[in-house]
Amino acid sequence: MTNSHNERLNFLGRNLLSGCLLGIGFVAFIDEAVFHQLLHWHHFYDKSTPDIGLVSDGVFHAFSWFSTVAGVFLVSDLSRRNAWWPKRWIGGFLLGGGGFNLFDGTVQHKLLRIHQIRYNVEITPYDWVWNILAAIMVIAGLIIVSNTGQKAKVMKGTA
Amino acid sequence: MKHHHVHHASEMPNDLLLALPFVLAVLIYPLLGLGSNKRHKRWPIYRYICWVSGVLSAAVALIGPVANLAHENFIAHMVGHLFLGMLAPLLLAHAAPMTLLMRTLSVGHARKLSRVLKSFPVRIYCHPVVASILNIGGLTVLYTTELYSAMHHYALLHIIVHLHIFLAGYLYTISIIYIDPAPHRYSFILRAIVLILSLAAHGILSKYIYAYPPAGVPIEQAQMGGMIMYYGGDIVEVVLIFFFCQKWYKAARPRTSVSISH
Repeated sequence: MTNSHNERLNFLGRNLLSGCLLGIGFVAFIDEAVFHQLLHWHHFYDKSTPDIGLVSDGVFHAFSWFSTVAGVFLVSDLSRRNAWWPKRWIGGFLLGGGGFNLFDGTVQHKLLRIHQIRYNVEITPYDWVWNILAAIMVIAGLIIVSNTGQKAKVMKGTA
Repeated sequence: MKHHHVHHASEMPNDLLLALPFVLAVLIYPLLGLGSNKRHKRWPIYRYICWVSGVLSAAVALIGPVANLAHENFIAHMVGHLFLGMLAPLLLAHAAPMTLLMRTLSVGHARKLSRVLKSFPVRIYCHPVVASILNIGGLTVLYTTELYSAMHHYALLHIIVHLHIFLAGYLYTISIIYIDPAPHRYSFILRAIVLILSLAAHGILSKYIYAYPPAGVPIEQAQMGGMIMYYGGDIVEVVLIFFFCQKWYKAARPRTSVSISH
């Protein structure tokens, strides 16, 4: 028990990172599976996309694949070290997933105008729901991460 | 009309001649494997499987029905490209041909080969950044210039382009995941960044093809081809990422905690 807690303290960053990476991978997967393939709300390519938007979309698409796979390997690494801290990991997951969605909903959809959430509808409510959900995820993630960080500090102090 | 005289079979070297290197490759590898078993540990079965399926994947793009259709159909061309430039290199890299060659050769020759592999030009070509520029840059030139349509007019150009797609794909693969001895090993972080950026470039190029067809390609074929390149590329890329991360997982295994738990 104490042993595993000590290991957790040595891998605070890796817990956060693997949660973040899998959070990003998860929302990117939902984006692709639900919005592109099932609902057909998103388009493969939107003619109005500027070049910078295409580049940004490409980098994030590649990064989300990488982060999913790398995230899984990082979790297995933590678990073989007995250092996996699920609570902190979930904090990272919410932070990564929410942060990515917020970036997608503000910078990519609005600023770079890559593609919209849905076409031929009044887009404003979709944008608000999307971005508010993302912001809630980020805030919840931040609270959990700082909580576990505080806890870790206390434990390190008493150790 | 430009299009009509383009695809005469007689302009392309016949299939039998094209098949020869593939047949040789399939035959020589097992001979080396079995031959070297006398002096070394048994060469693993899965490496033979990787080699043969890798050679067959490469062959798909150059001989047989897909290759024949690819002369006039961009979708078939793109399927062939995925096999030749992505799947075949990944499979062949896992067959570890250099390791096999090294243990087959006499010590003297193996040393000479190893000196060649460590030489400056080889080191440059095997640098992840150089290899991925050769790979993605080559594809960009192929699909955004007249090269794609010119390739169907000149048999020699056709062969050179396909050879480049394969070799650049292979160099790229072995510069990212180290299975054979590498002239110089770069950090996981550097290779991860190059991997992500080159996958991104591959995806961007697919969408570019979708929107702006290469000269002479009908828009429907370009759209379908672009999507095959994008999603088909994703499948092979995820496998590549998996092996890359697995290498990290093995390299990063905890050494001290094992002794504690015993």
